[in-house]
Amino acid sequence: MSEPAIEVNQLRKSYGDVKALCGVDLAAAPGTVLGLLGPNGAGKTTAVRILTTLLPPDGGTARVTGLDVVKDAAKLRAQIGLAGQYAAVDENLTGHENLEMVGRLYHLGKAESRRRADELLERFALTDAARRLVRTYSGGMRRRLDLAAALVARPPVIFLDEPTTGLDPRSRLQLWETIEDRVAAGTTVLLTTQYLDEADRLADKIAVIDHGTVIAEGTSDELKDRVGGERLEVTLADENQAGTALEALAAIASGEPPTCKQDLLSLPMRRDGGGIAVAVRRLDMAGVGIADIAVHRPTLDDVFIALTGHVAEHENGDQAEGGEPADERTAERETERVA
Amino acid sequence: MSSLAYTVSDTMVLAKRNLLRIPRAPDLLISFTLQPIMFVVLFVYVFGGAIETPGFDDYVDFLMPGIIVQTISFGGFVTALGLAEDLKKGLVDRFRSLPMARSAVLSGRTLADVGTNTVSLAIMIAVGLLVGFTFDASVFEIVAGLGLMLLFGYAFSWIFAFFALTASSAEAAQAIGFMAIFPLSFISSAFVPVESMPAALEWFAEVNPFTTVVDAMRSLWVDTPAGNDIWAAVLWCVGLIAVFAPLSVARYRRAVSR
Repeated sequence: MSEPAIEVNQLRKSYGDVKALCGVDLAAAPGTVLGLLGPNGAGKTTAVRILTTLLPPDGGTARVTGLDVVKDAAKLRAQIGLAGQYAAVDENLTGHENLEMVGRLYHLGKAESRRRADELLERFALTDAARRLVRTYSGGMRRRLDLAAALVARPPVIFLDEPTTGLDPRSRLQLWETIEDRVAAGTTVLLTTQYLDEADRLADKIAVIDHGTVIAEGTSDELKDRVGGERLEVTLADENQAGTALEALAAIASGEPPTCKQDLLSLPMRRDGGGIAVAVRRLDMAGVGIADIAVHRPTLDDVFIALTGHVAEHENGDQAEGGEPADERTAERETERVA
Repeated sequence: MSSLAYTVSDTMVLAKRNLLRIPRAPDLLISFTLQPIMFVVLFVYVFGGAIETPGFDDYVDFLMPGIIVQTISFGGFVTALGLAEDLKKGLVDRFRSLPMARSAVLSGRTLADVGTNTVSLAIMIAVGLLVGFTFDASVFEIVAGLGLMLLFGYAFSWIFAFFALTASSAEAAQAIGFMAIFPLSFISSAFVPVESMPAALEWFAEVNPFTTVVDAMRSLWVDTPAGNDIWAAVLWCVGLIAVFAPLSVARYRRAVSR
């Protein structure tokens, strides 16, 4: 594999007594999306600020496109684009003037900056609003303009700090499509988010971060496998048939213990068991009546709860308990789903 | 391009951006010019009759150079508020992540505020002429006075840039600014002759650079004896810039907006 676009080793940063990052390792291959997932205050923004040269680290190293964020900061700034949580665009300039200004500050030259501004405004569906002051823009338009500003110099690596926080679903989807589009064109993206579906959809690799440490890393599927694979949930027409049903499904069960609450049967499935179609056929052959049947796929919410012992949306200070031991995860997940 | 050329072009790009703001969001400028206009009315028509100004036929001729100096010093607030707003809205983060000159955010801001000060200077002179102020000066002296005021305003932009980057909020920067400018501008020759003050205050007023600048303006615009005031005033301005510009830039490099 070629040199990583982002490479972080044992990165540390404290604000006084507060440890924002305590030894974070990250890596992203060129042209991929690395998702940094964690609750508020987990250290995501601090990591982005260090990687974009806004903040010096206390210890460890960080390289972006092979350039050190401290020693080569000046050179690195020409290689990166940043779109922040708060759309950092000038309210009293038009959309076009904003992008032109950013182009000029990347030293693209006047003519090229203007051309690039036109091009990006068109791609982000802002051409009609190009000559309007940004203070008249909607939240979604501002975010699009902010993202466009990050792309002005066609940087090989872009950093998106919670790019869709506070956006309506439609604007969110549009922004996701634009990001996917950029990645397809070869851009490396580091994305922080507290939305699990966002990481699930966009990220090739996800690092789950909490209290300044990476507590899990992998693809979305790998993380889901850590909390157990898919579960089959059958609502029996007659709860007395539970034993018969378990016997019929034994061949596709993963071996982990099933649970049975009255008429609801829940059992972990093997990956190669043939899925819900086989389950239905087998239950039918055994003469088990089915009121309802579904496959529950673990979401990243389940992953997060299993790994950290709290739901992702919680503020950092709200919880004190640590991660749950592996064998309690299943039970934990059940209770959290009810809640 | 060399790095110096980039510094200049980055400064120009940001100065232009800040200048565009003036007509687009004029409320800031209006609020900072209305207040001195009220002061002019207050001093000319309310207090003026009770203030003895030996050597002046009309209090307004004594007052205008002084009140213009005070107004221009308050122009630093525009610098502080603009910077504080950019910090709060994350624009400074964006600028700091760009391969631009680090000093350009400040130099572009202070340069644009020379433009703001030009506008408020024009308004103040117009108001002065309306309430009866008359120049006793050559065209050259009038222009020299305008130049001195813009230089003085530029110095205060840097002082206030430093306040804005040091204080925890725009409100705090404003409070620090008021605390500094109020005593300096009132315990000076701006509104009353310093000889009328108690000894301690008179001593303070004599060494106060505001007095130096106000006296320099009077000698240029209403033909009072100049002494060394003009050169001393220019030196004060250059000295303040030489101290506060590097201080502000150093502060900016470390500024962490959250």
